[in-house]
Amino acid sequence: MGKSDIHKKIFAVLAFSSLVFLIGITIVLFKEGLPIFRIVKPLNFLFGKYWYPTYDPPDFGILPLILGSLWVTAGALLVCVPLGIGSALYLNELAGPKQRAFLKPAIEILASIPSIVFGFFGMVVVAPFLQKLLNIPVGLTAFTGSLILGVMATPTVCSIAEDALSFVPKSFREASFAVGANRWQTLVKVTLPAAGSGISTAVILGMSRAVGETMTVLMVCGGAAVIPKSFFEPVRPMTATIAAEMGEAVTGSPHFQALFAIGMILFLVTLVFNIAAEIISRRFRLKLGLGR
Amino acid sequence: MVWVKKIFLLTAAATVFLTPCFAESLTIKGSTTVLPIAQACAESFMDDNSGADISVQGGGSSVGIAAIIDGTTDIGNASRPIKDSELAQAASRGVSPKAHVVAMDGIVVIVHPSNSLTALTKSQIKDIYTGKISHWSSLGASGGKIVVIGRDSASGTFEAFTELALSKAKTRPDALLEASNQAVATVVAKTPGAIGYVGLGFVTDKVKALTVGGIECSKETVLSGEYSLARPLFMYTNGKPQGLVKEFIEFVTGEIGQHLVEKNGYVGLK
Repeated sequence: MGKSDIHKKIFAVLAFSSLVFLIGITIVLFKEGLPIFRIVKPLNFLFGKYWYPTYDPPDFGILPLILGSLWVTAGALLVCVPLGIGSALYLNELAGPKQRAFLKPAIEILASIPSIVFGFFGMVVVAPFLQKLLNIPVGLTAFTGSLILGVMATPTVCSIAEDALSFVPKSFREASFAVGANRWQTLVKVTLPAAGSGISTAVILGMSRAVGETMTVLMVCGGAAVIPKSFFEPVRPMTATIAAEMGEAVTGSPHFQALFAIGMILFLVTLVFNIAAEIISRRFRLKLGLGR
Repeated sequence: MVWVKKIFLLTAAATVFLTPCFAESLTIKGSTTVLPIAQACAESFMDDNSGADISVQGGGSSVGIAAIIDGTTDIGNASRPIKDSELAQAASRGVSPKAHVVAMDGIVVIVHPSNSLTALTKSQIKDIYTGKISHWSSLGASGGKIVVIGRDSASGTFEAFTELALSKAKTRPDALLEASNQAVATVVAKTPGAIGYVGLGFVTDKVKALTVGGIECSKETVLSGEYSLARPLFMYTNGKPQGLVKEFIEFVTGEIGQHLVEKNGYVGLK
């Protein structure tokens, strides 16, 4: 066996190991989570309004938690889409080399700040500030969570959108200029549509990032397990519930299984997001003639 | 040099196979409230006694006591005294559970320092946490809507508060959830309309502790039994503890153990 064969095998094992982890995690998630449906009907679990897992009798309704996640994710999108795509456009279309050299690393550093730091910052600085500014009873709300999650997801959106913009062939723009379009017209009518699906991918991956974030939402969203009525009230996303309660839920108990079932639902949600992102980005490559 | 290798291998094999025989093992099960104490003490105890192997599990007080009755654990943790029915069950199996008080649990109700209230009764606390009272004005204080802060349902402090202050009633669903004693204290310190509860060890000067039924929570009032949001925490053994079990219980009630008790936010016995 030649040396290159060995190398090939080693790398094959490494590459397949993530598949093994993925399958292992999926199996455990479903094995531990599914038994809850023997106790609660799936529809009552998904659409139940009360989450009282440790009382007798317990309530396992996760509708408030699902809505909490949705509200916070939607709010985060309102922040990270304009910020991320706006910065990507600026970086790609307008910024000079000097500004790029400074801005790109700055955005990447923003991505590398640990989520607990964002959470702590939100809890100690942003929440009290918003509480005073808006004169609301408490600053730990869906709005605060959205704001901070949005900032956290901005680097993801920005760097993927920027890649998408830079993949638009130069010839497209040149052709546009050649027929007399100005810079704005070229941007809106040519560049953006050409990069459109890449930008959609950026948005969807930003969404995945926001829906899966745990530590920050646990710390800044307030954690009230009620169906949200306003952005300025506390909510409790699904991830925060798992993080707060898993530590001391009795292994194998209905509470434990219910938390795994929440994990299952989160897994399915992010899986759908990722598949959508993959399909869209494949279409995008074909459209630009970059496919195989 | 083959013999050197052989001896080395033999020694290695002997170490691997014989260690479990020399290591004494101890199982602790039960109340999640006592869990942090048992965990911290077990870690510290094992640092000092490398031969001891202690495994600590949660499960709740009933699980801890049931395990003592079944003989499946050496120490059963409980945040309540044993019930008569459990005693009868134990007697029928020839088990005589013995209680060891290892710490006291005192819960303090805290508000923002700007709040004009200094005292609440137990029933007022219950009304606030179950949703009957929602505005500070109903209690004769200013501050608008009450921001009720609770703990995650898995925490021991939550369990104790639900039992002692709320008589097991459900906390209102719109109560905020914080995942630790520190987080509750931080949020209350930053939110003028907030009310929260923490273990006695977590009260800082940035929050205001309220008296409950006119009694201030302190080490003295908890130990004397005057303060109502307090309870003893137990470790149960089968009969008089012996050997490693005895050593461990003595360690927990001793100086280092009681230091760890206070460090985890509970009230020490001395």
